[in-house]
Amino acid sequence: MYFELTEEQRMIYDMTKRFSEEELKPKAEEVDREHKYPAESVAKMAELGLMGMVFPEQYGGGGMDYVSYAIAIEEISRHCASTGVVMSAHTSLCAAPIYYFGTEEQKKKFLTPLAQGQKIGCFGMTEAGAGTDSAGTRTTAKLDGDNYIVNGTKNFITNGNEADIAVVMVRTGEHKHKGLSMIIVEKGTPGFSVGKLEDKLGILGSSTVELVFEEVKVPKDNLLGSEGEGFKIGMHTLDGGRIGIASQALGIAKGSLEESVEFGKTREQFGQPVINFQALQWMIADMATRLDAARLLTWRAAKLKDKGDVRYSKEAAMAKLFASETAMWAATKAIQIHGGYGYTKDYPVERYFRDAKITEIYEGTSEVQRLVIAQSLIKG
Amino acid sequence: MNSAVIMKQVPDSEALIKLAPDGTGYVKEGVKFVMNPYDEFGVEEALKIKESAGSGEVTIISLGSERAVEAIRTGLAMGADKGVLLNAGEGYACALGVANALAEELKAGDYKIIFCGKQAIDDDMAQIGPMVAELMDIPCVTVVTAVEISGDKAVCTREIEGGKEIVEVALPAVIACQKGLNEPRYASLPGIMKAKKKPMEQKDISLGDAKAQIVKWEAPPERPPGRTIEGDDPAAKAAALVKALREEAKVI
Amino acid sequence: MAKEVLVFAEQRGGALRKVSFEMVTTGRKLADSMGGECCAVVVGDSVSGLAADLGKYGADKVFVVEDAKLKDYVPDLYAQAVAEVAKDAKVLIGGASAMGKDLLPRVAARLDTAMASDCVKMDMEGDSLMSFRPVFAGKAFVTIKVNGTPQVAAGRPKVFPAEENAKAGAVEKVSVSLGDAKAVLKELKQEAGDRVDLTEADIIVSGGRGMKGPDEYKILEELADALGSNATVGASRAAVDAGWRPHSDQVGQTGKTVSPSLYIACGISGAIQHLAGMGSSKYIVAVNKDADAPIFSKADFGIVEDLFKFVPELTGEVKKLLAE
Repeated sequence: MYFELTEEQRMIYDMTKRFSEEELKPKAEEVDREHKYPAESVAKMAELGLMGMVFPEQYGGGGMDYVSYAIAIEEISRHCASTGVVMSAHTSLCAAPIYYFGTEEQKKKFLTPLAQGQKIGCFGMTEAGAGTDSAGTRTTAKLDGDNYIVNGTKNFITNGNEADIAVVMVRTGEHKHKGLSMIIVEKGTPGFSVGKLEDKLGILGSSTVELVFEEVKVPKDNLLGSEGEGFKIGMHTLDGGRIGIASQALGIAKGSLEESVEFGKTREQFGQPVINFQALQWMIADMATRLDAARLLTWRAAKLKDKGDVRYSKEAAMAKLFASETAMWAATKAIQIHGGYGYTKDYPVERYFRDAKITEIYEGTSEVQRLVIAQSLIKG
Repeated sequence: MNSAVIMKQVPDSEALIKLAPDGTGYVKEGVKFVMNPYDEFGVEEALKIKESAGSGEVTIISLGSERAVEAIRTGLAMGADKGVLLNAGEGYACALGVANALAEELKAGDYKIIFCGKQAIDDDMAQIGPMVAELMDIPCVTVVTAVEISGDKAVCTREIEGGKEIVEVALPAVIACQKGLNEPRYASLPGIMKAKKKPMEQKDISLGDAKAQIVKWEAPPERPPGRTIEGDDPAAKAAALVKALREEAKVI
Repeated sequence: MAKEVLVFAEQRGGALRKVSFEMVTTGRKLADSMGGECCAVVVGDSVSGLAADLGKYGADKVFVVEDAKLKDYVPDLYAQAVAEVAKDAKVLIGGASAMGKDLLPRVAARLDTAMASDCVKMDMEGDSLMSFRPVFAGKAFVTIKVNGTPQVAAGRPKVFPAEENAKAGAVEKVSVSLGDAKAVLKELKQEAGDRVDLTEADIIVSGGRGMKGPDEYKILEELADALGSNATVGASRAAVDAGWRPHSDQVGQTGKTVSPSLYIACGISGAIQHLAGMGSSKYIVAVNKDADAPIFSKADFGIVEDLFKFVPELTGEVKKLLAE
């Protein structure tokens, strides 16, 4: 599919591939083992313009298209899925809603430092009682003069530990969906703190935390859009986020495939490389085919999003659904191909397996994705 | 101070090189082509000099086929200002001819420093730097691992067997870069976006008769198969190896 | 018939380097197949005394260009000097050493002729010099023919044998009017190391990722010491990138190309880029606990063993043998 790309997209592919191999690959094992947020790598990515690729230059972004974005996240995630999700959540879940729904002042104040990677962003939507049922939000924001007073707890928030800026879904009214709003909360605001750090199965370099709001005074100018637009903004944001997560999953799947082929060529049994055996050849053929199919779905969604005022929710859901299931399947097969060695930490495929699972869950479980697709088909 | 970087587009170092069945070359289809890695050190050094001087332009000059435009573009994405492609088509193997064409192009510019890589990783010839310098009647320092410019002079550190030479040359000069000179920067995304708008000149040139000709290509000569030294334990294997090295290989 | 073959004899600090003898031997063979003269040219300040050794290895005549300006190596002046002598030779060869690779292309360009560098074989076919050399870091090999006067080639050090074959070695002083030097050698820094340089060593004991850390190289150093003053220690790129060994120890495509008589690779998997740097070693020994390591396919002798157990045993056996 390389030939489909523009010259710039090819250069972005070359650059991110090289960056991933030289900068992320050597550190990925440590990031996983020590649960270490890849701060140095993220800082380098910011310098290279990778933390705000899709936003216009006037806001400190790169003015690039979503296919370029998908390529970059895939290459980064190929060696470090943790770093991939840091970039994706920051860009698609925090910076993007500010870009699409913010006022000029909000964009200057919040979007620009995010796009330049000087500040890190997170998206506070999920709660203990509001996962798939995101409208079950109980964090409240009550208007009091010039401020909203925010109370509640968000959980499972990616980048929550490092974020300077959080875009948070809050309840400003009683109506289940129309009572929801989005508001920007800055780190350091009194009453706003990070709670529990989750100890997860995978993407261990990415922080997943509780955000606690206790009587937090947030200027009312920080409201994104109007009161009652929260759910709409949330859904719009998740559509874009799905392209990012699909790309992260592509990276994990690609890593699984490449490691498997490499291992298969060097590991010998019965006097020959195991890649000679049909059983393994069928596995890698299927991995490659599903990976390419997933990528085509992802780039289709990206191209649709680039068009602007075109609905792409179904296509984004298909991409995220298929890419994440492909990643999980491919990583499982990769361990199988590696045999006993794949089960040890000497090889990266066990990490890919642990990293892949979450892609089927966050930013809308596979079940939710299927609902989105079905609803789109039914509504015609 | 304007500088130039002589750049060659070559197959990626990881590329699988397949020989053409008629023995006339290697198969270019499906091969990924990149900027010669040693030339990247030249681009980086030129950019560093421009940045610390606060002025000056970096021009990338490449002799190759149309395909080389891509490699020049990656140099522009790194931060170089201009690109020049001397389009000579494919399959020319004579360094003298190439050096003549490059020298002519370089003479027409006003370059204080001319960087190149110590060798191209396809032909591994390592001749362009000194040849271009001789044709331009200027100094050349090869295998350079450090450069310091002061005014009209450059002090270079050069690798030789068992040590280093510190050499001073007056500018203009050719500097052939060795690994360790610097860490080439990644093309930043803004750099990639700007690259397309930077000036890129293409000149069709013809190189004349090649004085050096490749008359045959072959696969690497086979080493005779080796054997595994067996033994019950490390000590036994060590004894067996030493015996083999003395009696069979006669190397100790 | 005269000066069929001219050999550039490299001297540093007033002493001829080994590669000069390798090239004179080679030049002698090339000249003999043409039925002609093998001459050498040596450049420096007070270097006539070196002619005798060149004669020992087969030079009929030794052209000497002496000048105070030539005391240190200055590329442009040496090029002027050598070109003056080489302009009527049929073939000009020299070692593909740091000096050779720097100087010979300048000489070739000055004489409007072409050159083949880093050759591992040189033969005459009639009046044509056919040079055989690796490309793509040894993934392929090419044969090159040069149409020019002289035909220039540089031979990879330590690949061609140096054999004594005493000829006249008659000194002929050549006076060349030299311009002003374009480069000034400010300082020559010898590498602080009591071991022979990698590119000159006869035996190299090399360690890779399997060494696990910098301190473990001690066992390789002990083996190199036991093997004698012509043995030294090298490293693969993995070890250098990990910071265990300096870049100057690196053997491989992005490091040094070496051609020792014996290369002992310990804990090195044998990536193609490493093989590019040591593939022309005469004998390769591989020590690796992974029987599937690619290096075994290139090794003459393979030992599948834990190197930490094996290497000290090998050192012991070598000491025993050399004490006999």
